[in-house]
Amino acid sequence: MRPRGGMALGLALLATVHLAALGASFLAPYAPGRQNRTLPYASPTRVHVVDGAGHVHLRPFVHALSEAPGPGGAYEEDRSRAFPVRFLVRDEPEPRAPEGRLHLFGVEEPARIFLLGTDGFGRDQLSRLLHGAQISLFAGLLATVLSLATGWLLGTLAGFYGRWLDGIVMRAAEVFLALPWLYLLFAVRAVLPLHVSAGQAFLMLVLVIGLVDWARPARLVRGVVLSARERNYVLAARGFGASDLYLIRRHIAPQTFGLLLTQAALLVPQYILAEVTLSFLGLGVSEPVPSWGNMLAALQRYNVLASYWWMWAPGLALVPVFLAYFSLSEALHARVGPASP
Amino acid sequence: MAWLARRALHGLFLLLAVSILSFALVELAPGDFFAEMRLDPRVSEATLRALRARHGLDRPLPERYLRWVASLARGELGYSFAYGSPVAPLLWPRARNTLLLTATATAVAWALAIPIGTWWATLRGRAARHLLGGLFALLLALPDIVLALALLLLAVRTGWFPAGGMVSLGHEQLSWSGRVQDVVRHLALPAAALVLAVLPVLVRHVRASMAAVLDAPFVRAARGHGLSETRVLLSHALPAAANPLISLFGLSLAGLLSMSLLVEVVMSWPGLGPLLLEAILARDFYLVLGLVLASTFLLVAGNLLADALLLAADPRIRTGAR
Repeated sequence: MRPRGGMALGLALLATVHLAALGASFLAPYAPGRQNRTLPYASPTRVHVVDGAGHVHLRPFVHALSEAPGPGGAYEEDRSRAFPVRFLVRDEPEPRAPEGRLHLFGVEEPARIFLLGTDGFGRDQLSRLLHGAQISLFAGLLATVLSLATGWLLGTLAGFYGRWLDGIVMRAAEVFLALPWLYLLFAVRAVLPLHVSAGQAFLMLVLVIGLVDWARPARLVRGVVLSARERNYVLAARGFGASDLYLIRRHIAPQTFGLLLTQAALLVPQYILAEVTLSFLGLGVSEPVPSWGNMLAALQRYNVLASYWWMWAPGLALVPVFLAYFSLSEALHARVGPASP
Repeated sequence: MAWLARRALHGLFLLLAVSILSFALVELAPGDFFAEMRLDPRVSEATLRALRARHGLDRPLPERYLRWVASLARGELGYSFAYGSPVAPLLWPRARNTLLLTATATAVAWALAIPIGTWWATLRGRAARHLLGGLFALLLALPDIVLALALLLLAVRTGWFPAGGMVSLGHEQLSWSGRVQDVVRHLALPAAALVLAVLPVLVRHVRASMAAVLDAPFVRAARGHGLSETRVLLSHALPAAANPLISLFGLSLAGLLSMSLLVEVVMSWPGLGPLLLEAILARDFYLVLGLVLASTFLLVAGNLLADALLLAADPRIRTGAR
C-alpha cells in the first residue's frame, strides 16, 4: 500500500466511521431497542423508485410488510399503498425528548424502513449497528489511551531511573507477556462481577483491556528512553542543572511520541476485537444495549448463521475499520520509523 | 546446552510468578463459588460456613496459596467446585486437544507461509506483488470471529465437514484408523480458521526476511556460480533467513493460543477455551486458575522449543557469541 495515500485515506475513513457512530441517534431511523415483535429476521427493506404501473417516482418509497412471513419464510410486501421515504423526520415525543427525536430519514407507520434487516426481536440492524459502533469503536480507542498511558509511564520511569525500578517493571512485564493475552484478559474478567449494567460493563472492559496489556508499550518506550537518556543534549541539559521532570518533559517524552502513535494504530484494532470477542461470548456489554460483539452473538445459532446474511453486518463492518487502521499504521511506520527501536 | 538450561529455568520462574499473580488475583476477587448458594433458601448459613471450612476458604491468603501448591505437588491443581473433582484430571484432556489443534495449525501455517513468502519475495511483476499484498491485507483485516463463523457456515451449508465438536457419535465403535480419520475431519475447520488467521502475519515476515537475504552479496555470488534458483533459495537464502523466522515462531505462539481460545468456543472444539468460558460463568476460580496456568505452560513450552530450534539453526548462539 502506498504510505502517503494510505494515511489520508485511512484517516478520512476512520473520521467518517467515528462521526457516524457519534451521530447514531440522528442517522439511525429507529431507537436501538425498538422492537417489532411481528417482524423477526425481516430481510432488508426494498426501496423502490418504480411503482407497479411502471411510473418512476423521484422520491423513493417502500411498502409495508405482511404481519407474518409467507411460505418461503420471507415477508410479503403490501403493494396497495406506497410510503415515501421522508427526510429529517421527528418520531413520537417521549419524556426525555418532548418534541420527538430528529432522524435523518424514516417512513410513516405502519411501514418500516430496515435498510439492513432486523434481528430476532425485529429490531432494526442499521440502528443497532450505528449505536453499537459507539460502544465497540470507542471502547477500543479508550482502552488504547489507557494502555499507552500506563505503558508510557512505567516504561519512562523504568528507562529513566533504571536500577531496581527498571528490574521490577521489566520482570513484571515479562510475567504479563508470558501469558497468552486473551487468557489473561479472560482471567481478569473472571474475577469481576458477571451481571452488570451496560455502562458499567463498558467501563470495566475499557479498564481491563487497557490495564492488562501495558507490558508491550512499556518495553518499547523503555528502549527509546534508554537511548534518549544518554544523548549529548540530555546530558548537557542535566549538566546545566535541569530537573528530572524537566528532562523527561522537554527532552525524553517527545522522542517517544512517534512510537506511541505507531503503537496506537496497531493496538486500537486489537482492542476493538477484544471488546467484540468478550461481548460475543457474553462476558462484555449485554443486551439490550447493542455492541458489535453481542450483535454477532446471534450467529452462534445455526439457523441464524445459515439463513440471515444481514446478521453478519457488524462483523463485516469491522473489516474496513481494520483496513483503515492498518494502512494508517503502515503510513505512520514509514513516516516516523519502526514501532520497535 | 547451558544456554537452553538457563532458558528452561527462566520459563519455570515465569510459571511460578504467573501462578502467584493469578492466585492473588483470583483470591482477591469478591465472592466465590459458594456466594451464589446464599441465595438458595434451602442452604443455611451454617452449611455454607462448613463448606467453606472444608475447602479451606476461611484460611488466610498465604496458607491457601501453600495448600494450593501442596495440591499442585499431588498433581491435583486445586479443586473444581462446579465439577466436584480435582482440577488436573479435567485439564489434561483439554490441554491435549488444544495442543493438537494449535500444533496442527502451526505446522500447516508455516508449511504454507514459507513457500508463499519466498515466492512473494522473488516476484518481479509490480501488479502481482500489489495483488498479493492486497489479498493478505484483506485477510489480515478479517476478524477472527468472522473467519471462524464463515468456516462454520461452510460446514453447515455444504455438509463437507462436521460442524463443531471433535468426534462423531459412535466414535468409540470405529476402528483405530477410522477414529484417526474422524478426528482429522473434525480438526480440519478449526485448524483452517487458525491457519487463515495467522497466515498473513507469517507470510509478510517470511517475505521481509527473505527479501533482505536475497539482496545479500553471498546470494548473488551463489547465483553467479550458476547454481539453480531452487538451490539458491533452499540451501543458501533460507538458512540465512531462519533466525528472525524462528524468533517469530516463538512470538506468534501467544497470539495463536489466544485465537485458539475463540475458535475453540465458536467451533465447540473441546479444548481449554470452552472450559475456561464455563468456569468463568460458574465462578469456579480454581478451574480458571488451572486453565490460565495450563495455557501459560503451553506458551512457555512452545517458546522453549523455539529457543532449542534457534540453538540448532544459529551457530552464533552455540558458541556464545551474540
